Amino acid sequence: MSVEFSFLLVQALSGLASASSLFIIASGLTLVFGVTRIVNFAHGSFYMLGAYVAVTIVPWLLQIERSPTLFFIGVLISACVVGVLGVLMEILLLRRIYKVPELFQLLATFGVVLMVQDAVLHIWGPMDIAGPRAPGLRHGVMILDQRFPAYELFLICAGPVVLGLLWLLMHKTRFGILLRAATRDRDMVGALGVNQALLFTGTLFLGAFLAGLGGALQIPRVSASAQMDLSIITEAFVVTVIGGMGSIGGAFLAALLIGQLQAFGVLIFPKITLVLVFLLMALVLVVKPWGLLGRPEAAPASAMPEGIASPRRFRVFEKLLVALALLAAAMLPLFGDAYAVKVATEVLIFAIAAFSLNFLVGNGGIVSFGHAAYFGLGAYASGLLVTKLGMPMEPALIAAPLAGGFFAALFGFFIVRLQGIYLAMLTLAFAQIAYAVCFQWVEVTGGDNGIVGVWPSTWAASRIAYHYLVLAVAVLGIFALRHVIYAPFGASLRAARDSAPRAEAIGIDVRGHRWLGFTIAGAAAGLAGGLYAFSKGSIDPTLLGIPLSVDFLAMILLGGMQSVMGPVLGAAAFHSIKDVFMPLTDHWRFLLGASIIALVLIFPRGLGGAYASLRARFAGGAQ
Amino acid sequence: MGSIIFGRRALLAGGAGLAAAAAGRGAAAQGAPIRIGELNSYSRMAAFCIPYRNAIQMAAEQINAAGGVMGGRRLEFIFRDDGATPGDAVRVAEELLTRENVSFIAGTFLSNVGLAVADFANQRKRLFFATEPLSDAITMAQGNRYTWRLRPSTFMQTRMLVEAARGKPQKRWAIVAPNYEYGQSAAANFKRLIGGAIPGAEIIAEQYPALGRIDAGATVGALAQARPDAIFNVLFGPDLTAFVREGNTRGLFERRFVLSLLTGEPEYMIPLGDETPEGWVVTGYPWEQVEGAEHRAFVEAYRARFNDTPRKGSLLGYVTVQVLANMLNRANSLDNEVLVDTLRDLRSDTLVGNVTMRGIDHQGSMGTWVGETTQRNGQGTMRNARYVDGTDYMFPEEEVRAARRA
Repeated sequence: MSVEFSFLLVQALSGLASASSLFIIASGLTLVFGVTRIVNFAHGSFYMLGAYVAVTIVPWLLQIERSPTLFFIGVLISACVVGVLGVLMEILLLRRIYKVPELFQLLATFGVVLMVQDAVLHIWGPMDIAGPRAPGLRHGVMILDQRFPAYELFLICAGPVVLGLLWLLMHKTRFGILLRAATRDRDMVGALGVNQALLFTGTLFLGAFLAGLGGALQIPRVSASAQMDLSIITEAFVVTVIGGMGSIGGAFLAALLIGQLQAFGVLIFPKITLVLVFLLMALVLVVKPWGLLGRPEAAPASAMPEGIASPRRFRVFEKLLVALALLAAAMLPLFGDAYAVKVATEVLIFAIAAFSLNFLVGNGGIVSFGHAAYFGLGAYASGLLVTKLGMPMEPALIAAPLAGGFFAALFGFFIVRLQGIYLAMLTLAFAQIAYAVCFQWVEVTGGDNGIVGVWPSTWAASRIAYHYLVLAVAVLGIFALRHVIYAPFGASLRAARDSAPRAEAIGIDVRGHRWLGFTIAGAAAGLAGGLYAFSKGSIDPTLLGIPLSVDFLAMILLGGMQSVMGPVLGAAAFHSIKDVFMPLTDHWRFLLGASIIALVLIFPRGLGGAYASLRARFAGGAQ
Repeated sequence: MGSIIFGRRALLAGGAGLAAAAAGRGAAAQGAPIRIGELNSYSRMAAFCIPYRNAIQMAAEQINAAGGVMGGRRLEFIFRDDGATPGDAVRVAEELLTRENVSFIAGTFLSNVGLAVADFANQRKRLFFATEPLSDAITMAQGNRYTWRLRPSTFMQTRMLVEAARGKPQKRWAIVAPNYEYGQSAAANFKRLIGGAIPGAEIIAEQYPALGRIDAGATVGALAQARPDAIFNVLFGPDLTAFVREGNTRGLFERRFVLSLLTGEPEYMIPLGDETPEGWVVTGYPWEQVEGAEHRAFVEAYRARFNDTPRKGSLLGYVTVQVLANMLNRANSLDNEVLVDTLRDLRSDTLVGNVTMRGIDHQGSMGTWVGETTQRNGQGTMRNARYVDGTDYMFPEEEVRAARRA
C-alpha cells in the first residue's frame, strides 16, 4: 500500500474527531467519579438518552427553520434534558446510597442501565432512529486531494472547546473550585460546611449533561439505537482509567491516544478493533498504575473495611440452616420437576463462582470486574478437551480449575500490584483480552459461535445425576474455600486488605498473598465454568463477557460481601429473580434492574448483612 | 393458504373419520391445543424479532379461526426471551420443554444461540425449527437430525448477490464486515465465490469493525485508500447507518459498485432514509412491490392489525407458521421422530411460493429478493427487485455430505 501524506492527514483527522467525541463523554464520567467516587455505569445510558432525545427534538426544531443555530440549540436542549435526568437519578437513588459500599453504588447504577434500556425500547420503539444531518455542515471539505466531512471538522473543535469551558468552570467559578476540592478530599469539603447534597446534585447534572451532549452531537453520524449505551460505556471507562480517574486533562490525552490508535490500527490489523483499547489500558496500567495523569488514591479514610470483618463461625442455628439447605438441594429431584432441578444445578454452579469472587472481594479487598474470564477459561479448557481431544468428562473437569488457576496466576501477577479502581479496571482489561482471543481464534475456539457437543459422561448425563455431581463438587469447593477464609492465610489476606503497610510490617508478604489468593479464586471460578459447560453442552465467548462478570458482582452484593456465606444466598436470589422475570415479559430487564435497585435500597448490606443484623437484634433481645 | 389447509384437513379428517370434517369451513379449532415453544432475542434484537412475533401471532390466529391444524386443534405459541446468550437460551429451551410441555421448539436469532439450542435439541431428541440464525454451521458442520432452518443462510444470500454481479468488469474488491461469525463467514463465502462470477477478481482490502462499535471515519478512510473498484458490505443496523453516512459525505461510493447483504430489508433500510445510496445490489424485502393476492392480503392484514408496515421478520414469522402448520397436518402426530421425518423434503405452499425443507441438509428453500437500492420520497426502497428462490443457491450436495455428520 502506497502511503500518501494526504491520506495520513485525513486519517489522523478522523482519529481526532473520534477522540473529541469520546472525550466529551468521558469527561462527564471522570468528573462524576472524581467527586462522588461512584463508578457510574449509567453514564452510557445518559449518552444513549442524549441521542434519543436529540433525534426527537432536533427534527421538530428544524421544521421551523433549517438553520445551524436551531440544530445546535436542539442539541443543547437535549443535553439539558439528560442533565435533569441525571439530577433525578441523584435525588431519587444515589443520595440514598452514598453511605453504602462503593460497589453497591455501582450495582445500583447498573440497575439503572437495565431499566433505561427497556424504557428506551418502550418509548421509542425497537427501530433504530436516524437523526437529521446538521444544516450547513452536511458537505465534505477538500483537504489536499481527500474529502473530509465538515461536521467532523466541527467535532474536532468541539472537544477542545469543552475542555476549555470545563477548565474555566473548574478554576474560575466557586462551584468548580468546590468540585476540585471535593475530588481531593470529600470529607474535608463536608467538614468546612459546604452543602454536599447540592454539590453532588450539580456534579450529576454536569456529568449527565456532558454524556447527553456527547450523544446528541453524534446524531448526524450514527442512528440512535438501543445498544448504544453498552457500546460506549466500556470505551468511556477505558478513557477515564487511562487518563487517570478524576483527571479531565488525562481523559483528553487518553481520548487523543485512543482515537489515533484506532484510526491507524485498523490499517494494519483490521480485526484488532475488538481488543485494541483494552490492550492499551493493560499496557498503561502495568507501566503507570494510576493512569497517565491520575494521582495515587489516598488511603481509604473509612476505618470500616468493606468486606468480611471477622468471619463468624456457624452456631447451632446456622449449622441447622446449612443442613436444611443441603437436604433441600439433595431432596429436590424427589419433589421438584425437571426444570427446578436444572435451575438448582445452575444456582449451585453460580454459587461456586460467586463464592470465589467474594473470596477476592470480601475477604481480600481485590475487586474484580473480570471474574467471568476465569469461569469462561475453565469452561473452554473442559470444552476443548472433550470436543477436540475426545477426552471424557472427568479429566476435562479437572482441567477446568487448572486452566482458571493458571490464567489467574498469569494475569494476577500484574493485577495485584495495583489498587482500588485501577486494579478493578486491569482485571476488566485482561478479561476482555481473553474474551477477544476466544472470540477471534476461530480455528481453535470456534469464534463467537463457540463449540457445541460438551456433554457429560453417560453416568452423569441425566439431569438428576448431574445435579448430584454438581452438588457434591459445590459443597466440597465452597467448604474448602470457606476453610481458607478461616485459616491464617485468609486472615493475612484480610490484614493486607485493611492495611497493607501494617501487614507488611508484621512480616506478611502482601503481594505474594494477594497473588496466591487471586490464583485460588481463579481456579475455583474455572471449576464452576467447567461444570457450567457440561450443564449447557456448549461453550462460547459470552462465558467470559462483561455481563457475566457483572452478574457475579451482583450476586455477591445481593448476598452481602461482608458475610462469608452470603454469596451463596446471592447467587440463588439473583438467578431466581432472573428466572422468574425472563418468561413473564419482554421487559424482564426493566424488572431485573428495578429489583436490583430495590434490593440495594432495602438491604444495603445484602441479604447476608440483613441476616447478621437480625441475628444481632435477636441476640440483643435475648440478653 | 387457507384453501391448502382445508384441502389437507378434509383429506385427513375424511381418512380418520373425524367429526371435524363436518364442521367445515370457518369452524373454530377444537381439541387440545398444540403448544409450540418459541424463544428469541425479543429484547436484544427487538427491531427484527418483534415484527416476527407479531406475524406469528397473526398467522396462528388466522389458522385457528379457520379450523386449526391436525383436524381441528389450535396452534398455540409460547413465546420466551432467550436472553441473547447461549447459556440463558438453553435454560429457556429446557423450561419450554419440561415445564410448558411444548411439543417442540422454534426460533433464535443469534448464531451462537441457535447453535447451542440446536445441540441441546439433538441431545434431548426434540425438534428445533431454527427460523432466523444465518450461520452456515447450523445446517452444515454442526447440523443434526432434529434441527431444521428456514431462512436462507449466509452462504445462500452471499451466493445470490455474487450471481447478481456475474460478468461485471470490477476486479478490485474491498470487504467490510462486522467482526463476528456472520460477518466473517459472509466474507469467507464471498472470497470463495467471487472468482467464479468475475474471473480475475481479487480482494485488496478488508475491514472488520466490532459489531455495534464501528469507527466509521477510520473504516471509510481505510477502504477509500485502497481504491477498490467495488465493495462487498456485510454491515447492518446502526453500523450500516454510520458507514453509509460517512461514506456518502466522503464520496466512498461514487463510481463504485457495491454488493450489500440484507441492506434491502426494511429493518435496516428504513433508518437509512434519505441517505439510502443509489444502485447498491442488495438482498432484501420490498414488501410494497411484491405481487400476488395472497401477499397483498398479508400486508393489509398486518397493517390493519399492527398499524405498521411488515418487516422481513414479519414475512419470516408468517412463513414459519405456514410451514409448521403444513408439517403438523401431514404428520398428524406430535411424536418428534415423526415430525422430523415429515419435514424431510416437505413442500409447503407459502406466502413466498413453494418452500421445500431439503432433506439432505435440513435447509429450507425459502429465498429472498435481490434488487438495487433507490430512493422514493426520501425513503429507501428497492428497484428491479425479483424474488430469488433458494433452491439453486444451497450448498452443493457433495459438500453437504462431506460436512454433515448426521
